[in-house]
Amino acid sequence: MSVYSTSQFKNGLKILIDGDPFNIVENQEVKPGKGQAFNRVKMRNLKTGRVIEKTFKSNEKVDAADVMDKDMQYLYTDGEFYHFMDPESFEQFEASATAVGDNAKWLKEEDVCLVTLWNNVPLTVEPPNFVELKITETDPGLRGDTSGGGSKPATLETGAVVNVPLFVPEGEVIKVDTRSGEYVGRVKK
Amino acid sequence: MTDNWKFQSPLAVLQQRAFLLSAIRRFFAERSVMEVTTPILSARGNTDINIDVFTTEAIKAGDEVAFLRTSPEFFHKRLLASGSGDIFEIAPVFRRGENTPLHNPEFTLLEWYRLDFNLQDLMIEVAELIRTLIVAFGGADLPIKYISYQELMQNFAGLDPFNTTTDELSALCDSHGYTGSPLTRTAALDFLFAVVVEPQLRTAPTQGWMVHHFPVEMAALAQAEPDQPDRCRRFEFLWQGIELANGYQELTDATEQQQRFALDNSVRQQMGKPAIPVDHHLLAALQVGLPPCSGVAIGVERLLMCLLGKKQLAEVLGFPAASS
Repeated sequence: MSVYSTSQFKNGLKILIDGDPFNIVENQEVKPGKGQAFNRVKMRNLKTGRVIEKTFKSNEKVDAADVMDKDMQYLYTDGEFYHFMDPESFEQFEASATAVGDNAKWLKEEDVCLVTLWNNVPLTVEPPNFVELKITETDPGLRGDTSGGGSKPATLETGAVVNVPLFVPEGEVIKVDTRSGEYVGRVKK
Repeated sequence: MTDNWKFQSPLAVLQQRAFLLSAIRRFFAERSVMEVTTPILSARGNTDINIDVFTTEAIKAGDEVAFLRTSPEFFHKRLLASGSGDIFEIAPVFRRGENTPLHNPEFTLLEWYRLDFNLQDLMIEVAELIRTLIVAFGGADLPIKYISYQELMQNFAGLDPFNTTTDELSALCDSHGYTGSPLTRTAALDFLFAVVVEPQLRTAPTQGWMVHHFPVEMAALAQAEPDQPDRCRRFEFLWQGIELANGYQELTDATEQQQRFALDNSVRQQMGKPAIPVDHHLLAALQVGLPPCSGVAIGVERLLMCLLGKKQLAEVLGFPAASS
């Protein structure tokens, strides 16, 4: 198993603490007057999502978590698992509903997602930053009103609900920012 | 294209720094303390186990390397032993690997030495300097509380550092989120100071803390307290939870100094750090006789940062390490 020194700590580094994989979200070095230096680290438990704070002696060695990010194509869900495929090896992976979490609402078949594998099992799934999805249901808007101002909720083909400008009709394909859940624009075909 | 080439702080910081330096010089001129300039590049280094030195090509034949000073302290003591009288220096210093919101690998130390001052005398002078500067910068006068290290740890970490077993100490560190290999007693106290005590002091910025009589294991170059040999004549001044000054009633005993250097170097080797060649010039000066004195060092950029109410050194450095 590989190890990291605290001097390599940076945001996004994956380490193993008490058997669980953690992602470093904040690393602060502190050093009292003339004494031992420490790293105060905020890190997210990649299994539970909880953020905890721990302090390490500087230059201490910490086990690396065998966590790997891979771009994978989303295939389908069987109701229980979400199936992804590594487009290079064609190997398929099953992600649990826990791993996919809230991001399930952005998953569209054939889109490429960032899948984080821990010991070769999907731990988290990140959708693309921008997805193009069809509006399956929304109130009829006011035709000709393209100046913006008002908005209305629209349900998309994946089940996500986003606010769209009043003039955007049902059946339209729109671009959404999955990080904020906000409407970006219409997709002209 | 980034803006890293630019001076990274508001240009007003240049004036504020110049104003600070002139106020410091005025303070010492009024007290007849002489400004000196000592070498930045030195053939010998600092053995302190927690300070890493930059090395460069040797100055003298026969040496493997030379060092960028981590403090002007050894030169100052050689000056004092040579008969200089009271001195101060505004000294660029270098410490490898120190790069945090409150540390920069290159920074400026205001260091000064006062003959016949004991620890108390010097703490009072540090307080006077700090309060003078705060007023000069238009701030409200700062009340300063004098407190022993023991009392500080009792009040803010709930332990008596001189009457606690190492097991109790380590359990307390664990309860505050320490994780990793066992801490030495001194490192455990450092942990509690940095992680538990300092953040609490940060929440009371209208109060300065003069903390004195550290455990003797943290003495560095300070005298042990004759009546209480488990503590030493060292103080720190903290403001806004940040250590601004570190002072000693100076060790003048050459033999003890030599032993401390040797101990440092053996600990360094256990830690996998290189031993540092001992400064025999300093030892020779101590053998001839360092007059009784106390000395202190203040980080100038940290002081400026605190005077301006900033939170990170980078806000006053202009050219921090990242854009050096």
